[in-house]
Parts: sequence; C-alpha cells; structure tokens
Amino acid sequence: MTYFKTLTGMALGLALSASTALAGEIVLNSDQSDPAPKKAMEELIAGFEKANPDIKVKWNNFDHEGYKSAIRNFLTADAPDVAAWYAGNRMAPFVKAGLFEDVSDVWKDAGLDDQLKSAAASMTMDGKKWGVPYTYYQWGIYYNKDVYKKAGVTEPKNWAEFVANCEKFKAAGVDCVTTGNKGGWPAAGIFDYINMRTNGYEFHMDLTAGKVKWTDEKVKATFAEWAKIVPYMSANSNAIDWQDAAALLAQGKAANYVMGNFAVATFKQGGMTNDNLGFMIFPEITAGIPRAEEAPTDTFHIPSGAKNKADAKKFLAYVASPDAQTAMNGILGQLPVNNKATAADDPYIKAGFEELSSAYALAQFFDRDAPADMAKAGMDGFQEFIGKPESIDAILEKLQKVADKVYK
Amino acid sequence: MEQKTQPSFWKKNQRALAPWLFLAPGMIMFLIYVIYPIFESVNLSFYEWDGLGAKTYIGVQNYVDLLDDDSFYTSLWNNLIWLLLYMLAIPAGLAVALFLNQTVAGIRIYKSLFFFPFVISQVVVGLIFTWFYAPGFGILPHVFNFFTGTPIAILADERYATYGVIAAGLWPQTAYCMILYLTGLNNISPDQVEAARMDKAKGWSMLWHIILPQLRPATFIALVVTIIGALRSFDLISIMTVGGPGGATRVLSYFMYEKSFSEYGFAMGYGAAIAVVLFAIMLVFISLFIVRMLSQERNA
Repeated sequence: MTYFKTLTGMALGLALSASTALAGEIVLNSDQSDPAPKKAMEELIAGFEKANPDIKVKWNNFDHEGYKSAIRNFLTADAPDVAAWYAGNRMAPFVKAGLFEDVSDVWKDAGLDDQLKSAAASMTMDGKKWGVPYTYYQWGIYYNKDVYKKAGVTEPKNWAEFVANCEKFKAAGVDCVTTGNKGGWPAAGIFDYINMRTNGYEFHMDLTAGKVKWTDEKVKATFAEWAKIVPYMSANSNAIDWQDAAALLAQGKAANYVMGNFAVATFKQGGMTNDNLGFMIFPEITAGIPRAEEAPTDTFHIPSGAKNKADAKKFLAYVASPDAQTAMNGILGQLPVNNKATAADDPYIKAGFEELSSAYALAQFFDRDAPADMAKAGMDGFQEFIGKPESIDAILEKLQKVADKVYK
Repeated sequence: MEQKTQPSFWKKNQRALAPWLFLAPGMIMFLIYVIYPIFESVNLSFYEWDGLGAKTYIGVQNYVDLLDDDSFYTSLWNNLIWLLLYMLAIPAGLAVALFLNQTVAGIRIYKSLFFFPFVISQVVVGLIFTWFYAPGFGILPHVFNFFTGTPIAILADERYATYGVIAAGLWPQTAYCMILYLTGLNNISPDQVEAARMDKAKGWSMLWHIILPQLRPATFIALVVTIIGALRSFDLISIMTVGGPGGATRVLSYFMYEKSFSEYGFAMGYGAAIAVVLFAIMLVFISLFIVRMLSQERNA
C-alpha cells in the first residue's frame, strides 16, 4: 500500500512538474536507481547543462522495477521530454502505439549512423530510428580460475572441450555451470548462446521473430546441446536468485557462470579479484558459424507527447557523443556504444570491447528480441527444461502453441 | 437551502433518510471501487488491448484462448489444491485454540505468540519460508538429507513447489482461525458445559456435541475467510516462486497479474478474462455461504 502511495505521489509530482516546465527545460524520466548508474546520470546531466547553459534538465529518477510499469502510465498520461528504455523488441509496443518520436534526424545530423553502427539495427523499426543508445554490456562465461586449477582443467577451445571439462569438474566435486534461475532470465541467456552457436544469429533472430517454429529440428538440436550440460548444472538452480548462484562461483563450489558483465561487481563483493575471476567468450558449437554475441542496449527516447522536443533532441545528440559516452560508461563500468568513445581501463570491459567489436552480429537478449508474452512463455519453458530435460518435446509443443497466438 | 424552503420535508422524512445519508459515503465508495470495476473488467475481457494503443473488440475470443491455454488449467488446478489444503487451517486453528483456552500464568503471552504470524506481513512470511526451504543454507534440505540421503529443494521441484507455498500460507491462516475460535470459546455457555458434565460427557463427545455446535458462528467465519484467502493467494507466490518453476505454482490471481501487469504482461483483455473467471468462482462460493447463512438466521 505504501508502495502504491509512493507511486501515486510520484505520478502527482510528475504531473505538477511537467505542466510547469519552462521553455529551456526538459523533463527526463529514467530508472537509474542503483548507485553507479545514478552517479553516471548526474555526471551526464551536469555535462549537458554545461554544454547547453540555456537548458535545464529536470530529472525524475524511478525505482528500477517500478519504472517498467510506470512508463506505460506516464507515456500516455503526462509524457516527459526524454525517457529511458531498452532497444529491440522491448521498445516495439511503444513504437507501435505511436508513443515514441521518430528521431532519425538526430542520427543523420550528428553522423550517428556511422558512430553508433553496432546498435543501429536494434534501434530501427519501419526504417526509422526511435531513440539513442548510450550503453551496452557483454555477456559471456565468467569462471573461477582457482577452481580450474584445482580440477586441472584448462580454458576450453570449443563446446566439446567445455562439456568434457564438466566431467572433470564433477569428479572434483564442483558444479560445472551454475545459474540462479528463479527470475527465469539467466537461463534465457544460456539458451540464446547455445542457439546462436548451434544454428547461427539469423536463425536465432528468425525464431524470436516468429518466422520459424519452436518444434523445428534445429531448435531441438539446440536443446540437445544444452541437455549435455544440464546434469552438470547446479542442482535446484530454479529456486535461487542469480546473486546466490554468484556466491557459489565465488566460493569455488561452481566453475562457470553464463552472465552479463554487470555481475562482475557481485562476484567481487563475494571476494573474487581480477586474478581469479576469468572471462571467456561462449565457446563455438557448430564449427564455422559466424560468432554473434549478446549485448543488451540501454537507450533514451523522446515520447511523442513531449512538450520540448527541440531541446530533447539536443539532449539525445549529447548522449550519443563520444565524450559523453566515454564519461558515462567509465562510471557505469559498461561499454560505450559510440565507436569513437574510449572504453574504461578494466580487464572485463576491455575483454567485452574486444568480444563485441569483433562479433559478427549482436543480439539484444531473449526478453528484448522476442515479444513480451513469447519471452515469458520461453523462460517458463527453459525453467521446465532444466528441471526435466527429458520432456523437451512437450515443452516445445507448448511454446509453439503460444507462438501461434503471439505472432498471428 | 432545502431545509429553509421545505422544512417540513426533512422533518417528515428524517427517520427514513438518515440511514441512507449515513450509508451514502460507504455506498459511493463501494460503487466506485467495487461495482464499477467489476463491470469494467467484464467489458474489457471482450477486447484485445495492450494497455497502450487502441482496443479491438474480439468478442469471446479471450475466453476461447483461455480454454486452450495450458497455463490456465495449471492455475485452476493449483487454485483447487489451495482451496482444499487451506481448509486444514480450520481444524489446526481449533486445536491450537482449545490448547490455549486455559488459565495458566502468562497465557496471554502464549496467545500473542501464536497469533504473531498473522500480524506480520505475508511478504515476510514468504521470505522466512523461502529461506527455510532454500537449497544450501535452508534447514529443511538438510533435514531431508539426514533422513533420506537426498536434499530436496521444495521450491525448485515443480511437484512440491505449490505444497511448499501452501504450507507457508497455512502458518498465518491457522493463527487467524485460532483467534476466531478463541473469541468463540469465550462465549461458550458454562451452564451447558456443566450440564453435560453431569451427564458424564467428556473428551470427544463433549467437544463434538457441546462445544462445536456453540462454535458454529466462528466456524462459519473461519470457513469464509479461509476460502477467500485461498482464492486470492498471491503475495506468497510472488515472493516465493515468482510463479515458477516453469509456471508450476501459478494460481488464477497470479496468472492474471502476469498477463496484465508484470514486466512481460501486455494482455489487458486476456487478464480481464482471467479475472472474470476468478470472480465467477468466488461468487459461487460466497453466494452459497450467504444463502446458507440467511436461511439459518431465518430459522433461528
């Protein structure tokens, strides 16, 4: 109840603040509620106000989880001038409902088509650009070097070696792969990678876009590869949060964790250091398939109901600039999207920069590439698969049934 | 103004109007927050709507889809399990109440302690039980491990997860039923108990023939709140399993939330259809009880 009151209070406050916005002021709604993102935003706003002394930024910072439902209300009821969101299919409902403004001109004027090339595809719908990306981060396998040493295992060069290593980890009494899948999305990361490595980026995109069936033989091949490591995954992973599984890796009870780079902070809190926390690119499964990677992108958009679109576009252009992205991502500990920006001096960020800049293509992540209801059903299916790998055919039938409705 | 122009009207009808005036604030609230949303939900269930764009009228398609949705049957089945197992709270509450219905030093403290789980938030109850079941640091898997040799993580196994959540729900619900029975026990007529004693009634026959009939009003309330509590179960599922693993612990109310309001929910019409089904189920139970209650009152 208090939570609801806070929300209503916030909505009311927003309504008041937005209606009193002056010319030369932009209202910015975002969800950087954690310390590092919050500091990055403060820096960004300070930098923008310094570069544009006649424009003031009024920033409403939302709680990360609450923002996901709040955005639906404020976009329709009382739109800010700039709103934070995500690339790919996650922005599709808002674009289709006409709630985001076409910002292709910002891209054209600032030469972003070239500088933000790696994220251009995920910002484009119907041939137009709908926002500006400011950060992304890589996914991959984080591993405990001490555990590798203890089990006498070296970094695998391909999937067959990875699976073979699992047997050795088991002999050493260590979980080969850990994950905390209570939320459903960590396993989606594993699925994305195995599918992209088995069948390639195009097939993965066709699957999330509903162009191929879940009952396809190629999807079954993906799950057959996954089934090889299910027996070596941490037991009960469906019941624990991802942070609890991170503890297993830090304590040396597990060897590998397929995760996003944001988890590095959690691993280090668990006592790991640059010396024993290793990072590797997800190994190759089908030889010769061009390597695609996961790189979920965070973005800024201009709602179509914005009152001060001219200044909002200046803000977007500033966010896209190399300097702003270098500064912001230095604090975030993530990768700048602008290819003229400099990545921070950190081994994992450097590794991620190498990984993504040499990748054939970038996927957003299962729940951003697939429509919301398909993503939810898929993640349920992955949970079920981890619990009962033998019932994969029934799970895929179920997923196809959902897909028939979602993509009609 | 009205009083000045027509003083006699108010005077004449004061007795008839006064109750309605006192009822008006409550009735207006009830209309706005209960009656209107019911009709709005029913109306919405005939549309396809993502909560943002335009609504499209699709007739009963949402209900047709619902009948073809495996998750719906899982949720319905789980609701049934909840309904049946939640009933255990009534005999359990009665047992605790009978046990605590004695006069020893400090009994009030024991009563408060037994009532405690009902006072703390369901979210806290959910967290306590989640940690209790947690693989690794929870105590229950260790207990299983000791006796059977295999640690069972209740919430990770789709066969047991729902029962694990219900067990957590039974803890506060038992406390609730206990307090209802405790107040009921205060009103037991000592004469009847005395008379029954003279007739050599004791133990089970005393409980069955003398105490329980006098507790009937308490039992009735306990039954109603338990049924409603079972059907509206939501917080515990949301905290303990997020509907998982693989959607195995969803109930209708959580399913509706997931479809309409969660991170991945954009199907407002579909969610409304689920809400209507849940409403219909509740309506059946509640009207059955109200009819029974009314007929009993008339006979009394």
